Amino acid sequence: MIEFSDVSRIFTVGDQQVAALRNINLELVAGEYVSIMGPSGSGKSTLLNLMGLLDRPTSGIYRLDGQDVTTLDDTQQALVRRDKIGFVFQFFHLVPRLSAAMNIELPMILAGVPVEERRERVVQLLQSYGLTDRADHRPEQLSGGQRQRVAIARATIMRPLVLLADEPTGNLDQATGKEVMSLLEHLMEQGVTLIMVTHDPGLGARASRQLHMVDGQIVSDSRARG
Amino acid sequence: MKLGDTLLFASGSLRGARSRTLLMMLAMSIGVAAVVVLTSLGEGARRYVVGQFSSLGSNLVIVLPGRSETAGINPGMLLGKTARDLVLDDAQALLRSPAIRRIAPLTVGAAQASHGGLNREVVVMGTTANMLLIRHMDMGQGQFLPQLDPRSASPVCVLGATIKRELFGSQQAVGAWLRLGDRRFRVIGVLAEQGESMGMNTDDLVIIPVASAHMLFNSQALFRILIEAKSRDMIEPARRDAEQIIKQQHSGELDVTVITQDAVLATFDRVLRALTLAVGGIAAISLSVAGVLIMNVMLIAVAQRTREIGLLKALGAPPAEIRRMFFAEAVLLSAVGSIAGLVLGEIGSMVIGQIYPKLPVGAPWWAVLAAFGTALITGILFSVWPARRAARLDPVAALARR
Ligand SMILES: Nc1ncnc2c1ncn2[C@@H]1O[C@H](COP(=O)(O)OP(=O)(O)O)[C@@H](O)[C@H]1O
Ligand SMILES: [Mg+2]
Repeated sequence: MIEFSDVSRIFTVGDQQVAALRNINLELVAGEYVSIMGPSGSGKSTLLNLMGLLDRPTSGIYRLDGQDVTTLDDTQQALVRRDKIGFVFQFFHLVPRLSAAMNIELPMILAGVPVEERRERVVQLLQSYGLTDRADHRPEQLSGGQRQRVAIARATIMRPLVLLADEPTGNLDQATGKEVMSLLEHLMEQGVTLIMVTHDPGLGARASRQLHMVDGQIVSDSRARG
Repeated sequence: MKLGDTLLFASGSLRGARSRTLLMMLAMSIGVAAVVVLTSLGEGARRYVVGQFSSLGSNLVIVLPGRSETAGINPGMLLGKTARDLVLDDAQALLRSPAIRRIAPLTVGAAQASHGGLNREVVVMGTTANMLLIRHMDMGQGQFLPQLDPRSASPVCVLGATIKRELFGSQQAVGAWLRLGDRRFRVIGVLAEQGESMGMNTDDLVIIPVASAHMLFNSQALFRILIEAKSRDMIEPARRDAEQIIKQQHSGELDVTVITQDAVLATFDRVLRALTLAVGGIAAISLSVAGVLIMNVMLIAVAQRTREIGLLKALGAPPAEIRRMFFAEAVLLSAVGSIAGLVLGEIGSMVIGQIYPKLPVGAPWWAVLAAFGTALITGILFSVWPARRAARLDPVAALARR
């Protein structure tokens, strides 16, 4: 489902070259729950961004759902992102001037989904994430946990194949983090492929497959219990 | 993204940055209002002048003694002869032209007018009954000069409204005697109040038969001959005939100048229209400045909203969609701004109209259209570049910016 062949990502800073990812070969299967761990600067976010088509590899081939997506142009990639990928960020990235409901609705607005269908889905999501009474609140009026729940609702509204989460609990306290985790894991049970970056070994251990990165390379790839 | 959603989203982000939006709309609307007010002033001036000319009379052709320099050298002058006077016979001869409906000879001079104990200096105009028709004058009381042979004098006069008031006050003037110089004239009529028209105020005139004026001033020379052509199309033939006839009368020498009201009017019209265009153009420049302002503010908006743009791209908005969203913002902004400007401009014109009631202000439709169009086009044009820049932003880089 996600297939990396010899993927590298090299940043050029001034006249220095920084290899954030070196020759990554990786295959993830649909429905897997994968955690990516490793020290800061090891390339976890870079890997996730490549998977989410937010960034392009310097070399190598990325196949998503059987399709080579590295050769697509900006517009085609945007459509793949829209239809197949959900992203949850560490800093939530909600639009400050829009209500919680509108933030959740945004991907469907961009996709041109008819209003009735949109509204129905938003109401449903607000309910299942316990946000119904916060629907009209703007992000600044919400707690961290609520904001991340809005972000997760937004990431799942288009029913993506893959849900990518970059340290989704990194900005939350322990208890709220747990809550968000169980939400994500519940989604996974519904058949979503969940890929999560974390540097909390405790959280990482909950995934069925754990990748460890150091210095732009995957140093271990272990499947837990079963 | 649906068009309605794009517009909603755009208006939402405009409302989100309230002071920035208001400032831009202000710039835009001042630009548009400037165009509207300035052109309506120019147009008002033009219509005022045209109106003044038309009030002089219609299809008017005027014969002046002497040849204006621009028309070339008068052979008579080379022989040391001075130009001949225009005389009544010349005026009567003009009636031979089929293009001419009627003529009115005109002599002008100053005289002391007195009635009872009151007296004052007045301008005396000697003419014929036709003057009333040619110059579209209105009578207040009594009658105008009677239809006589222009060569026969008659001791009657018609007073301008001011003269009547100053010499007679509230007394009945018609029927009374007025002394002009050393002669007495019976007042047979008073002109209706007309006010200034092209520098000539009929309110300050005393009108007497042309032959009487010749006697009063002891001169046969005419100051002007006014000609009314039979129709608008006959103005040019009337002018040509007039030149021809006077030339014959003056033994082959063309020593008069014949001007048509139309020609003078056309010149004024051209000059004033050019003036309107010029001020409109200057205002249009201020409109373009507003456009540049919009561009700058849109660029700032792109910079300020980098993260939002990154997010929209991450959520699957293609570059074209981002461009469309910024474009919609600019269009909304300049549309609302220019509509506000039109309203502001109309109010401005109305205020000017109140201050100068004689000026027929009102922006011409082409100026309104041009102002609106320029505003929209500059607003849109100058938003294209910022929108393209926004669309090109790299989603990761955009999101990473804090
Ligand atoms: N936009 C960038 N420009 C230059 N260097 C970058 C950029 N993004 C990441 N890097 C570098 O790539 C390496 C990996 O970064 P990242 O993937 O963010 O690490 P992690 O998420 O594991 O902390 C780091 O050395 C980082 O400095
Ligand atoms: Mg990171």
